[in-house]
Amino acid sequence: MKALDTWERVLLALIVAVYVGFGTGIDGFLSPYAVADSTYNVSEKALIALAMALLVVAGEIDLSIAATMALASLAMGFAMKAGAPLPVMLAVAAATGAACGALNGWLVTRWKLPSIVVTIGTLSLYRGLAQVVLGDQAITGYPETLSTWGNGSVGDVIGVPWLIVPIEFAVLLVAALAVGLFLHRTVHGRRLYAIGANPVASRFSGIAVDRYRFGLFVFAGLMAALAAVLLTGRIGSTRPNLAMGWELDAVTIVILGGVAIEGGRGSIVGTVLAAVLLGSFTFALGMLNVSGIVMSMIVGALLIGAMVLPRGVRHLRTRFA
Amino acid sequence: MTKSPTPMRREWLLLGIIVLLALAVGARAPVFLTWRNALDIGNDSAILAILVMGQMLVLLTRGVDLSVASNLALTGMLCALAAKAWPALPLPVLVLMACAIGAGLGFVNGFLIMRFQLPAIVVTLGTMSAYRGAIFVASGGAWVNDHQVHPAIKGLPRDTLFGLPMLIWCAAAVVVLALVLLRWRREGRELYALGGNPSAALYAGIPVSRRLVMAYTLCGALAGLAGLLWVGRYSIAFTELAAGYELTVIAACVIGGVSIGGGVGTVSGAVLGVLFIGVINGALPVIQVSPFWQQAIAGAVILVSVVLNARADRSRGRQILERPAAALQGASA
Repeated sequence: MKALDTWERVLLALIVAVYVGFGTGIDGFLSPYAVADSTYNVSEKALIALAMALLVVAGEIDLSIAATMALASLAMGFAMKAGAPLPVMLAVAAATGAACGALNGWLVTRWKLPSIVVTIGTLSLYRGLAQVVLGDQAITGYPETLSTWGNGSVGDVIGVPWLIVPIEFAVLLVAALAVGLFLHRTVHGRRLYAIGANPVASRFSGIAVDRYRFGLFVFAGLMAALAAVLLTGRIGSTRPNLAMGWELDAVTIVILGGVAIEGGRGSIVGTVLAAVLLGSFTFALGMLNVSGIVMSMIVGALLIGAMVLPRGVRHLRTRFA
Repeated sequence: MTKSPTPMRREWLLLGIIVLLALAVGARAPVFLTWRNALDIGNDSAILAILVMGQMLVLLTRGVDLSVASNLALTGMLCALAAKAWPALPLPVLVLMACAIGAGLGFVNGFLIMRFQLPAIVVTLGTMSAYRGAIFVASGGAWVNDHQVHPAIKGLPRDTLFGLPMLIWCAAAVVVLALVLLRWRREGRELYALGGNPSAALYAGIPVSRRLVMAYTLCGALAGLAGLLWVGRYSIAFTELAAGYELTVIAACVIGGVSIGGGVGTVSGAVLGVLFIGVINGALPVIQVSPFWQQAIAGAVILVSVVLNARADRSRGRQILERPAAALQGASA
């Protein structure tokens, strides 16, 4: 898999266009601080999008991933209320995420159910449980460290004030590197493509398809927990509607990143580029005072456009070739 | 299309569960078994039933329409705004307008899915947020409040005919039409064939693309009608109206035995699925369980019923994310 295929080049060009276009139009959009700021609202979404990309490449999907975030954040909050120290809180969040993912994976592999149905069900279940437990309350009072992880920059931590890369973005880069190496440079990654392209043939060629599927769902739960920790730290509270609707954003990032929804194709580079594109675009719209709901409308239109365009171009090419 | 192994038994089982549930709740709180409460549940379920009939047509073709709730809210808002701007509009025009707007939005889904051979879930995920945003653009973020909603719209679900509210009559009419379509009309039978085996359906001379667009357009039209009724019933229209309701609609379908893999499902089953959700939602406040439980219960019920379905027909597992090339092979050839 070449790192910069055609689609990735298109995404890069679009990112440049966004920065140049809005940079000339909006004062201060290109200042380093604004650029650093623009990564916040996308880092957590990109983390779950990475896991979603692996799932979609393998022909599965997890719509419950944002609801899993809410449950993980909730569990962390309860651990804190019970007086647990930070490492235990993190372990509880990770365990909750892994458990949610394991339930998805078990239902998909043990009962041979389509993941979309299972995760629509668990989306409702997890989000519902968060609502049952929290009602209209919120958990607040998280330790300062969490807030630093969510809001701080790498420079603050290592004592280099000019390094204003946000910690969240650094975490995303490390995670993207790890996931990218896994998908593109290991035999397990190659197998994910095989599973997505043809699960039956993969099974016949000796790949433990169900074990990979189960592992991917657990991984998605863990990434959701990681994103939940960062998001909770950044906003400093847990509410039942935490990360509401983010599954849609994650799927959008993945599709926009050139991953084929039917499985078997796609790259991590594309996913990360799509995340950056979406992040900078919505940040620019935010600076222009465009309301959130209109942004999500534009994102929805982008999602459809990202799918229609390549097919339309291919269609034209075959017609005039 | 092969029939699911025991279609009748399944529906009787579901009916039995619903009756048992109602009796059990009634034993704790006799008020639950009164005619008045039954009417309440009927009223609450009517809009869901209309939406479920549309969603079922789409599910039969192996698709899914996640944009129904946004479609409902957008159509409801547009009708409310139109009635506010031109108070002289007669009710039939409003109803026609709701169906037409809804059908148009549904057609967009169907066209994108058919023409570019895109997966239904992603297209409707996109239009879901696009339509939702369009409400904000159309209304400028403002609410259409109780006193601004046209009296004709408010009256529509409330008027009674032979002792039953019009809302229930509307739902009944839609259910009967769906029954006729899916049981006796060629177009309806072709939907089953298309969902059961798309390539075989194509070779059998079924106009696959046209049926696909028809299913989404009808689903949209019903969502539009439901939008008008929703605005009338709750006499309010705002941007977040019915947000997330698409999950309830799909839950009702799945509970009623409509297979998400296409080609399997009956109108009676889907109606029972609606009743099941209606009884649960009606029962929770009566037995003093927090309404926050609604969503969690719906999720658990979806999971249990799909697992039960999977056990009933183990070999028929299909993926909705199946590659469109296989699903619609040769549609353009």
